Order: sequence, then C-alpha cells, then structure tokens
Amino acid sequence: MSIDQSTAAKVAKLARIKVEDDALPALASEFNTILGFIEQLNEVDVEGVEPMVSVTPMRLKRREDVVTDGNMQDKILSNAPDAREGFFAVPKVVE
Amino acid sequence: MSDLNKLGLAEARDALRKGETTSVELTEACLKAIDAADALNAFVHKTPEIALDRAKAADDRIKGGDAPAMCGLPIGIKDLFCTKGVPSQAASRILEGFKPEYESTVSQQLADAGAVMLGKLNMDEFAMGSSNETSVYGNAVSPWRRGNDDTPLTPGGSSGGSAAAVAADLCLAATGTDTGGSIRQPAAFTGITGIKPTYGRCSRWGIVAFASSLDQAGPMTKNVRDAAIMLEAMCGHDPKDSTSADLPVPNFEAMLTGDIKGKKIGIPKEYRMEGMPAEIEKLWADGADMLRDAGAEIVDISLPHTQYALPAYYVIAPAEASSNLARYDGVRYGRRAQLAQGDGITEMYEKTRAEGFGHEVQRRVMVGTYVLSAGFYDAYYNRARKVRTLIKKDFEDVFAAGVDAILTPATPSAAFGLGEMTEADPVQMYLNDVFTVTVNLAGLPGISVPAGLDKQGLPLGLQLIGRPWEEGDLLNTAYALESAAGFVAKPGKWW
Repeated sequence: MSIDQSTAAKVAKLARIKVEDDALPALASEFNTILGFIEQLNEVDVEGVEPMVSVTPMRLKRREDVVTDGNMQDKILSNAPDAREGFFAVPKVVE
Repeated sequence: MSDLNKLGLAEARDALRKGETTSVELTEACLKAIDAADALNAFVHKTPEIALDRAKAADDRIKGGDAPAMCGLPIGIKDLFCTKGVPSQAASRILEGFKPEYESTVSQQLADAGAVMLGKLNMDEFAMGSSNETSVYGNAVSPWRRGNDDTPLTPGGSSGGSAAAVAADLCLAATGTDTGGSIRQPAAFTGITGIKPTYGRCSRWGIVAFASSLDQAGPMTKNVRDAAIMLEAMCGHDPKDSTSADLPVPNFEAMLTGDIKGKKIGIPKEYRMEGMPAEIEKLWADGADMLRDAGAEIVDISLPHTQYALPAYYVIAPAEASSNLARYDGVRYGRRAQLAQGDGITEMYEKTRAEGFGHEVQRRVMVGTYVLSAGFYDAYYNRARKVRTLIKKDFEDVFAAGVDAILTPATPSAAFGLGEMTEADPVQMYLNDVFTVTVNLAGLPGISVPAGLDKQGLPLGLQLIGRPWEEGDLLNTAYALESAAGFVAKPGKWW
C-alpha cells in the first residue's frame, strides 16, 4: 500500500489540519515510511483472535443516571478563546 | 543540614519526622536549585508561591502529628497533569494560556498527602516523543554529559523534564506518564528509577489524554524505596475514571524486604536484538547474575510476538490520539488561529490545528486518522488490536508457567545527543521504545532501575516487568537488583 499526494491531502482534510500543497510530497513519504513499518503486522496469523477491547478484564462500574455536576458556566467558559454572553463564539457556520 | 535538595523522599520524610529540617527549608533549597538550572529547561512553569504555601501547611501538619507519607516533600509535576490555576499545556502551543479550573486526581492525591508542588515539568508535546525534542518550550537537557564532551544530551522522553529535574536534584521526585516507555526510558537515560504501574492503578482523570488504553501515570524517583512511597500516594480507585481499578492499594514500602529467594525471573530471548551494543548485553547478563546471587532462579523464556509490538503500537496509539486530540478545535480552550476575512468554521479548525500542533503530533494524528478511515479500519486498526491480544497472551503464558518477573534492558542504547536523530526517519526514533512498549500493550507494571554506566560515562538501566497488580512484588525485586547493582553515580554539575 502506497500513499500518494491526493491520499495525503484527503487524510489531512479528515484530520482538519491545514497542509500546504508544497508540503504534501514530504508528508506522503513520511506516511509511507510509517505504514511500511506497520505492514509487518500482516505476517502475524490472527485467524480466530479477538481484537483487544480492554487490557485489564474488569466490569465497568455503573451509577444511577442522574445529574451530579453542573452550574459552572463561568468556569467552563473561562478558557475559551472567544466567549460572548455566556456562549462559546465561533465563525459563522450556516450561510 | 546542607544540600537538602539532594535528599530522596524517604530520607527527607524521616528527617522531617525527627524535626531535623522543615518542609519550608527543603522547598527553599529546591527552589534555589531550580532557579540555578534554567540551562536544563526542566521546569517550564515555576510555582514558588504555591510551593511555599503548601510547605508551611505541611510543617503545621507535621507539628500536629498528622504527617502522611508525602507530607512536606517537594516534587515536580509533568505538564501533562492538569493543575488548578496553573498553566497545563502538555508542552503544546495549542494549549497556550490554558489554566484548568480543576486538578487531576493524581496531583490532588499527592497534594492531599502533603506533597509540595514546585512547578510544571517539560515533556514532549502531548507525550509524543522519546527525546523531549517535540516540546513547545524547547528541549529539556540532560544533566549528564559524555565525559568532558559538552554536547547537550537528551534526558529521554516523553517525561524528559521530570527525568532531568530528578537527576539534577532540582526536586526530590516527580510525576511522569508512560504510554510506550515515557517513564522508563527517560529514567534509564538519566540514572533514576521510574515505574509504570498496571493499567488502571492510577486514575487518568485530569491527565491530558494521548492514547487512553495505554496511558498510565507513575513516579520518577531517586531510588526504589522512594518509588514505592510515591506510587502508593498516586494509586487508587477514582469514580471519575471508569478504567481505574477498585482494588486495595497495598503498603508498597513495607513489601521491600530485599528477599527474592525462590523467585523465578524470566529472560526473554526475543529481546536479544540484532546489533544490540555489547555493553547493553553485558549489563543485562550482569543483572541476571545479581538476581541469581540474591537467590532467584533465572529461566529462559519466549515472548514470540515481541517484534510486532512496535508496529501494533504505532497503529493503536496514533488511532487513539487522533480521536483524543479531536477536542483541540480552537473553540473551548487554548489557542485559536487568526482568521482571514470570510473564513468559516472549517478554516478555523484547520488553521488552528496546523499552527497549534507541532510536526510529530500532526503526523501521528494523521496516521491515526488514516488507519481508522473507511476501508482501512479492519486492515490496520482491527489487525493491530488482534496482535495486541497475542502480545498480552505471550505474557500470560509465561506468568502461568510460574515466572514472577521478567528482566530486560530498559533501552537499546544510552542517551543520544539532542539533534542527533533529526535526520533519521521517524521509525528510528520509535525504536527507542522497543523494550518498553510491550508492557503498555499488555497493561503490565514495569520498572526501570539504574544499573551501570557505559564507556562514555552515561547511565544504563534495566527493566523488570511484573504480573498485573503485583507492583509490590515487582518493587521488591527491583529493590534487590538496586542493592546488588549499587548504582551511585551522579552527573557532574556544569549548569
């Protein structure tokens, strides 16, 4: 499997990271190095093996489905790059 | 008492209890050492006011007879831990200016036990790196040098600032985190002790997430006894982390008897890598002899899927990272890029993440995005998770055969020079974690103990891997190894 520049551009888009066009060849080449390394996994016989879900076998705890937290709007907004009138502010989303 | 910053946790605790010194004196000695060590770039946010306030409070507690294990002991906290009101940015530009409104469970437990926070420690960005060269704060520098050669060396990574600070006696101990070796490799590079406990021992709540199924916090200390003391204070069930184990935390220090008679120690043949330096090979053999002399039985074992651990890790960790790091979108916290006229929300995400994440983080997020994308999920991600099952089973099989612990080298080499790996492809850097990453994939406890110096005068470490939840037994074996190795070297002060 070899990654070309258009695949690299697609991955960057999916990851929401802006990559300039002139940086795509180097990025594609780095991906290919890493994926070449990962390809070794194809040598392993994984027939009938379950994919790991949890490394320590334990039952996750349950609790009542009730509100246990809240009423801290100021704290939640305190680190926002742009907060207005009690909301997170973002550029226009809908035309 | 002089040179109070050079004490370990146990020594300082005992001195405090006897009234031979005070927490304020210990803290002032560390703050002075920190201010004189800017060349190491280990402490990246200093918190002297918080430190002195906590030291005074600790002295009052000690006077009142209420002195838990860590009471009054000055430590450093890796920048990955959220600390209330104190910058916590995972060494990333994207979290510039972020001051959490809350405290991570582990740092809270340490504070409750009376520990004194001196400041935040340098690290690789989002804990992604093995040399502390991906940090927005710049490189942390090891206090160690190759003889009289003044080439700056890496303290290792990702917990490079923690390792440099403890090795240079800027603090008595520090917190680290370990996703693929990030406690054990820097500990080995700097001649200190570092333990990654069993997955689920320490709460991950409030620790900036990298790869949630692999991340664990642990202590980085000057010796094994200190690791036992500090680990006990960090561990325990936390309702805020559903993967933290609801198991009793033993008194680890009380388990340090040094008696390992009859213990079965496995030597895995797959860890004998081609091209391994002779010094590492000798250190490993010497370590086995020391444990044998202490009464342990040394047995050859096989962990057949070892060579597939790193490739599996470099699917699973980036996949989880791409998911975890999706939260850095320039909306709720941290940095937002300057936008151009007409830019919409997609441009805001893309520009913010391009300028906020460093190169290695961008690369891993994109690799993770790729292996999770439609059409490749089964071929890469699911296959890696199946291989992970097999890697864990390798360990289960040897433990079922009666092996108590496994001895391996901690790293494939001693510390390298900062910048020396820049030209290498990323996979070369990833090989640093070849001996440690299996332990994260299997969720096991692992400890790195300094065991010798190479011919350049740099520290080398040995790793012991234990059974799940048996950190106490593992620490005791490490204690026996430490006693036999008698490592006492310290870096000469040049900074």
